[in-house]
Amino acid sequence: MEKDPNNILDEVTQGEYKYGFYTDIEMDTAPMGLSEDTVRFISAKKNEPEWLLQYRLDAYRKWLVMTEPTWAHIHHAPINYQDIFYYAAPKRKKELTNLDEVDPELIETFNKLGISLEEQKRLTGVAVDAVIDSVSVKTTFTETLEKQGIIFCSFSEAVQKVPELVKQYLGTVVPSDDNYFAALNSAVFSDGSFCYIPKGVRCPIELSTYFRINAANTGQFERTLIIGDEGSYVSYMEGCTAPMRDENQLHAAIVEIIALKDAQVKYSTVQNWYPGNKKGEGGIYNFVTKRGICKGNNSKISWTQVETGSAITWKYPSVVLMGDNSVGEFYSVAVTNNFQQADTGSKMIHLGKNTKSTIISKGISAGQSSNSYRGLVKMTKRAENSRNFSQCDSLLLGDRCGAHTFPYIKTENKTSIVEHEATTSKISDDQLFYCNQRGISTESAIGLIVNGYAREVLKQLPMEFAVEAQKLLSISLEGSVG
Amino acid sequence: MLSIKNLRVSISGKEILRGINLEVKPGEVHAIMGPNGTGKSTLASVISGRDIYDITEGEIIFKGKNLLEMSIEDRASEGIFLGFQYPVEIPGVSITNFMRTAINEQRKYHGLDPMPASEFLAKMEEKKQMLEIQAKLANRSVNEGFSGGEKKKNEIFQMAMLDPDLAILDETDSGLDIDALKIVANGVNKLRKPDNSFLVITHYQRLLDYIVPDIVHVLFDGRIVRSGGKELAVELEEKGYEWIKAEMD
Repeated sequence: MEKDPNNILDEVTQGEYKYGFYTDIEMDTAPMGLSEDTVRFISAKKNEPEWLLQYRLDAYRKWLVMTEPTWAHIHHAPINYQDIFYYAAPKRKKELTNLDEVDPELIETFNKLGISLEEQKRLTGVAVDAVIDSVSVKTTFTETLEKQGIIFCSFSEAVQKVPELVKQYLGTVVPSDDNYFAALNSAVFSDGSFCYIPKGVRCPIELSTYFRINAANTGQFERTLIIGDEGSYVSYMEGCTAPMRDENQLHAAIVEIIALKDAQVKYSTVQNWYPGNKKGEGGIYNFVTKRGICKGNNSKISWTQVETGSAITWKYPSVVLMGDNSVGEFYSVAVTNNFQQADTGSKMIHLGKNTKSTIISKGISAGQSSNSYRGLVKMTKRAENSRNFSQCDSLLLGDRCGAHTFPYIKTENKTSIVEHEATTSKISDDQLFYCNQRGISTESAIGLIVNGYAREVLKQLPMEFAVEAQKLLSISLEGSVG
Repeated sequence: MLSIKNLRVSISGKEILRGINLEVKPGEVHAIMGPNGTGKSTLASVISGRDIYDITEGEIIFKGKNLLEMSIEDRASEGIFLGFQYPVEIPGVSITNFMRTAINEQRKYHGLDPMPASEFLAKMEEKKQMLEIQAKLANRSVNEGFSGGEKKKNEIFQMAMLDPDLAILDETDSGLDIDALKIVANGVNKLRKPDNSFLVITHYQRLLDYIVPDIVHVLFDGRIVRSGGKELAVELEEKGYEWIKAEMD
């Protein structure tokens, strides 16, 4: 009957990655490596206006003189930026006008991922933009949304359709030289989603983008821009998967959100990029810059993320609270297993008066992984009577993983209140015995306990995502004991 | 139902149970009494399969199966329920979710499909009413922030939901006031059937005023030193454990 806790841990944490298949699609790629020519190639492929090409080239030149950040609590072999394809697109025979013309292989790929590109998604009330490698292959429901003036399309399409909106907002939240990976993205971003909700419109359905890396040695550099005009509301979801490969793949995305007066934007992510195998080989390097600005008074931006994938996650969804009375929220569950490394958290920059922010971070570490919370709460001089509440909890499964918390707090006024709470816990043998005694296997018990631990965050997710996220948490940790 | 023969158990080299023999037949309620530290809770833990003990000798047969070869969860699915002395908190997991998981895992063990949601909810409702449990309890996280009485009631509620063949109640009366004690005992009595059995572990005779046992055993220093009818409990209460101690010396 004697069981070594570490053996049980291994059994439970060895869940297989379900989305590791590869689809054989004819691809159109840029020559390998990065140069000004690559940037021009991408821009030309997308038939972009001159200003956008200049924006990219400017970012590229800035990137050349920048260096990779080293402050994060992560370790990896140097990335060879010349060893990557910066553009890969499924070959198209002609312009698509309806779903029948999408490559059946692609439809099959998304069906396997549980994403229907057919408009029957209407039943579940979700509009989908599907991005494979560097391009968007299909956006559903565009017509329905257009009736309300909502623009939801791929980024490339937006550049053609509403260039003035793109030009007005691109890079205003994340400047092209914000950081090393942001500069890289600004130079070579391929595709992503664009969303504009007009004044006073409440988007009637959930909008979602599904990102899939398929091709080998390809980086995915998507760019998402969401603009909530005055008094509007939108809930936006993002999901991601990738095939299993032995080599690491780079993913460096940017998401920018602008919320004008009285607008509310809710952004949810379930990130399940391939995490690498049990020995720590392969997996996605996920270096992402996500930031929103509450530009107008009384606006609100809320980030919810469930991070279970990627070999390395480097990501700090942030909110700049510029408008008075604006609200920023960050809810996160980050799971690391085997040799995964996560350095994630949030920044809340309070500029306006009476602004409020909340950070709830739940880290779960298993295997030999490393899971860090890193966050900044800044109350500027003008941000009088503002409040922040941060809670950072870590749950350790087993005794070979690590959890770290790096909170930074800067307060420049005397009327604001900043609270920070942190806990570290383990799943106790008593909890497991209690569950086992009710007939619940150790594996299910861990799933149950972990989901309970993360409930505060999971309940923030839209229904469609919550169920998927709960399953994902259990799968990612199959077999962990503390 | 349950047959324990010459069970010897130690923990970190120290022998706790020193040759236990016990026969429990279907429909019987057995009480195990004894002073603190004589191995009562160890016996409960060993029957349910907690693996922190060394079983050096003996056997435990349950419904014809060798329990010592089974995992904790398989024993539970076979029909063994342990009412904990100190029920454990599981934050964020509602009792509803916890019970649904438990019932469905046990059904899986028996090759059955998950219980349909409507049937499950009806069963929850029925048992809540039977045990006079407030409706809102089911939405709270398992034992989190519960009072001592609520925790014990919740144990009895789980027992009612899982409908075990053998329920072991480990000091269920500890920390209960008389009203809570009555509710708990009442619940147990309602669940008594000709084909299930109870092993009631208690320090005091008080509980046995409400749950009337068929047989009372006195556990002392790792051995059952005396067995008898319910009058044995009364005698113990009157004379105290010193009486047993004196006889042993």
